[in-house]
Amino acid sequence: MSEVSFSFDDKIYKGLASEPMAAALLRAGLLSITTSTYHARPRGVIGLGVEEPNALVQLVSGTQESMLPATVIEVTNGLAARSLTGVGALPEIPDEARYDKTNRYVDTLIIGAGLAGLAAADEHLRAGREVLLIDDQSGPGGHLRHLGLELPASMKKVITHGNLTYLPRCTAIGLYDQNYVVAIERRSDHLGNSAPSNRARIRVWHIRAERIVLAPGAFQRPLIFANNDRPGIMLSHAAATYADVHGVRIFKRAVVATVDNQGYRDALRLHVAGVQVQGIYDARATAKGPSVDAASAAGIPIRFRATVLDTASNVEGTLHDVTIQDLDTTETFQTAADLLAISGGWTPVVDLATHIGIKPMWSEKHAAFLVAHSNERLRAAGMLAGDFGDDDDPLVFFGPALDPEQSRHAYIDLQRDSTVYDLRRAVGAGLSNIEHIKRYTTIGTAHDQGKTSGMLTIGALCQLNGYTQDGKSGLSPAKIGTLSFRPPYVPIPFAALAGREREFLSDPIRITSLHQWHVEAGAIFEDVGQWKRPWYFPKPGERVEDAVRRECVAAREGVAVMDASTLGKIDIQGPDAAVFLDRIYTNMFSTLPEGQCRYGVMCKIDGIVFDDGVTTRLGKNHFLMTTTTGGAARVLAWLEEWLQTEWPHLKVYCTSVTEHISTIALVGPRSRELLREVVTDIDLSKEAFPFMHSRTGTINGIPVRIARISFSGELAFEINVAWAYARHIWELLWKLGRPYGLTAYGTETMHVLRAEKGYIIVGQDTDGTQTPYDLNMSWIVSKKKEFIGKRSFQMPYLKATGRSQLVGLLPESVDEVIPEGAYITVLNAQPDEHGKTQHTGWVTSSYYSPAISRAFALALVADGLKRIGEVVAVPVGKKVLRATICDSVLVDKENIRRDS
Amino acid sequence: LQSQASSATEIENRELFPYQPLTTDHSMLYIPCPHCGLRNETEFHYGAQAGVAYPDPNALTDTEWAKYLHIRANPKGWLAERWVHFAGCGRWLNLWRNTVTHEIGPAYLPFTKQPKMPVAPDRQEGSKA
Repeated sequence: MSEVSFSFDDKIYKGLASEPMAAALLRAGLLSITTSTYHARPRGVIGLGVEEPNALVQLVSGTQESMLPATVIEVTNGLAARSLTGVGALPEIPDEARYDKTNRYVDTLIIGAGLAGLAAADEHLRAGREVLLIDDQSGPGGHLRHLGLELPASMKKVITHGNLTYLPRCTAIGLYDQNYVVAIERRSDHLGNSAPSNRARIRVWHIRAERIVLAPGAFQRPLIFANNDRPGIMLSHAAATYADVHGVRIFKRAVVATVDNQGYRDALRLHVAGVQVQGIYDARATAKGPSVDAASAAGIPIRFRATVLDTASNVEGTLHDVTIQDLDTTETFQTAADLLAISGGWTPVVDLATHIGIKPMWSEKHAAFLVAHSNERLRAAGMLAGDFGDDDDPLVFFGPALDPEQSRHAYIDLQRDSTVYDLRRAVGAGLSNIEHIKRYTTIGTAHDQGKTSGMLTIGALCQLNGYTQDGKSGLSPAKIGTLSFRPPYVPIPFAALAGREREFLSDPIRITSLHQWHVEAGAIFEDVGQWKRPWYFPKPGERVEDAVRRECVAAREGVAVMDASTLGKIDIQGPDAAVFLDRIYTNMFSTLPEGQCRYGVMCKIDGIVFDDGVTTRLGKNHFLMTTTTGGAARVLAWLEEWLQTEWPHLKVYCTSVTEHISTIALVGPRSRELLREVVTDIDLSKEAFPFMHSRTGTINGIPVRIARISFSGELAFEINVAWAYARHIWELLWKLGRPYGLTAYGTETMHVLRAEKGYIIVGQDTDGTQTPYDLNMSWIVSKKKEFIGKRSFQMPYLKATGRSQLVGLLPESVDEVIPEGAYITVLNAQPDEHGKTQHTGWVTSSYYSPAISRAFALALVADGLKRIGEVVAVPVGKKVLRATICDSVLVDKENIRRDS
Repeated sequence: LQSQASSATEIENRELFPYQPLTTDHSMLYIPCPHCGLRNETEFHYGAQAGVAYPDPNALTDTEWAKYLHIRANPKGWLAERWVHFAGCGRWLNLWRNTVTHEIGPAYLPFTKQPKMPVAPDRQEGSKA
């Protein structure tokens, strides 16, 4: 391995390519890596991988990712990081790295490339299956890597088998129902500057497997004792691995505290690495096995029924000496040590199994929760399934009894600085459920999600409830059960989940065929669903209100033009089309003559208004329905649902034609005059072509259908033309319209014009609780026929008083545009006994109207239709505005302009 | 306006995607669309309990109508549901699904004979320590 140099807290360190940063820092003698979040105590590395609760760093190179454990960062040349106090900061620079995702279907997915995973891979390969093997380490072998051992030749053959795909640095983050796994593969960080620029930093794998083998291994557990957080206190397996495999030579004298034979194995490795092991303090009464014999033969002092009670630090805050307690006599003594290696047993990684609701079961023999789940499709293997090897005999022991003072610095969750004291407080407050205790103490809620602290919490809770080490009395871990984990198993950048679907790729952008013209005309756009619609067309120096007033005046006094192409359009054909529309709309469509249009409202079966729009009868069996811009897909789905699931005998075919037909609305008293210049084959006169009629003809030889539909209340013509010809027609009108002062307008002006006429926008002036009656549209509800929602109008709650009804609202101050969404109260409303003032409605649409030279609004007001003329209050911030309830139609109530 | 569920014979006999009702062992958040075959669950929208025909609205009391509007079966276990393959063929289908284990059972077209309710295997089977 080549040597690299990296920086940590602005100091340069040497490391070996792809070794963990923690190893390089320890080798250089850096024991205190950070200070803890709440107690500001010095902290160092305690673990080997993702379980690490202490050694969090923030990268200051590359993506500047935060909250990464130094135990999982592979060092590269030029890597720079700094320490964190457990609180990260999002980088201020955008993440320029590439992220992607892929899908994979395999016969067998094996999670974990340790010995158990490799053995499972071998078995499945022999059965002729294609195998995907994923593992979060940089190479296969699992535990063997921590021992510095080569993969056996038989296992090398498995890894290189043609039917096996092996993904290193790939962590399963979620196990979902029906054998669906999401995993993240870190592909480029370990290559540092030499990573190809086109390589994705992280690839998200969506894997579906016929069979899954869970072989994630286990984390070693710490013990709970006073001052168990000092730098120099490590998990024994981590300490031995750093000394043995990574050449960390900074420890002189070690004390090992253990509850199983792993402590002996690690003591031996430390001994071989040149550390003087002062003694092994074993909580068990006796121990046997090859590792015990070997430690004994090496001359390491062993003492049973003893464990660590407390520690003390030197001036730097790192470990200085250890207080050992005899568990039978409770006598204590101190011994100097710069390393305290802890072996508190193993905690198999049950996280993934619990994601799909599997309940791990407590095994007293293993002193651990295990997953014995095994069926044809999902199986646990290795340590997760209880395969701990022969040379092990753990005791269920989590630490010595502590007095209240000791408990204040006996840490359960190092990242959260949560102690036994906190746990006792939670229990004292009456909490007994582990999930409640987690939330009260915040144990297990940090970035490591309790990988080391979860089991300690359970253990400490058992001790508090009189659990004895022989397991014969008190509350046992079996009764408490594990915490349930949720994905993701490790923290992942949101950028990885977003993948390439960022910025303009995050959601499709829909534009009309006139979009480029709008851009060139300097339109300011607004998003309406996925559509980009011109909001207004400012002239140089114009504010939005100036532009909107100018556009409104042009539409009411001259001629103006708007791109209405985003309206949803559904082509409805078939012999039963008219019958079908009668059932869908509240009003009658079968009586609509060919060549005419009708406004319709549709309700859901509960009688609530769902969408509205104008439908034109193009032929006996042919209609063109328009829907709201945002409702197009919903409405089409609604029509299909009824046709397919209730009325399959109706011969009706619905086709979305939204993007086949462009709609140009030519609006204003002079619109007929202008249109006459381009249309010669349709009689545009009031008598020959009345309101709500549709005609076909040509403009410059291009077939068009023109309808007298008006969403502004003015004389208006909607020109429908094939999508590709719209710009030609628009530019022709624009050229010829110059002498008329033709003005382009956007959605803001459209809103002002429609609101002046009391025309609703479903979803803005309704909130999903209004019937047509509430919207003052009883005229649109047919009494002669059945339709969807009709029965519900008879329901008492829809006929009750107090329902919100659509009304107009005129602010007392004519220039004061009330903010939309503002609440309305009765005048001089008094707070009730709870100090709350009841509202009587709210403002749904609010604008300044140039036509009536004042501000106005539409509002939903309780029983509003009966309260016309009432003065109400509208609290806005600290002010209380006054306004008068009025009819919702404020301009041309007699429709003289519209029908002219 | 009553449902015409009895007029199933009016549905054209179209050539359907050759599919076999899947056993629970093979479904993985896949839904067997009768028209398109096995497709990802994300291509479908849920449409509540299947087999609730639109009643004659005027034959029902207010209470009965409210029940039709708002009350649906919510069993712990297998439920016949309606789904629509919105990102595929756009067709509605019915489907057995287990609300506890989320297993997907056989799918069938509206107005066709409902397959038998699948037998639910015990999810914790074999998980005894």
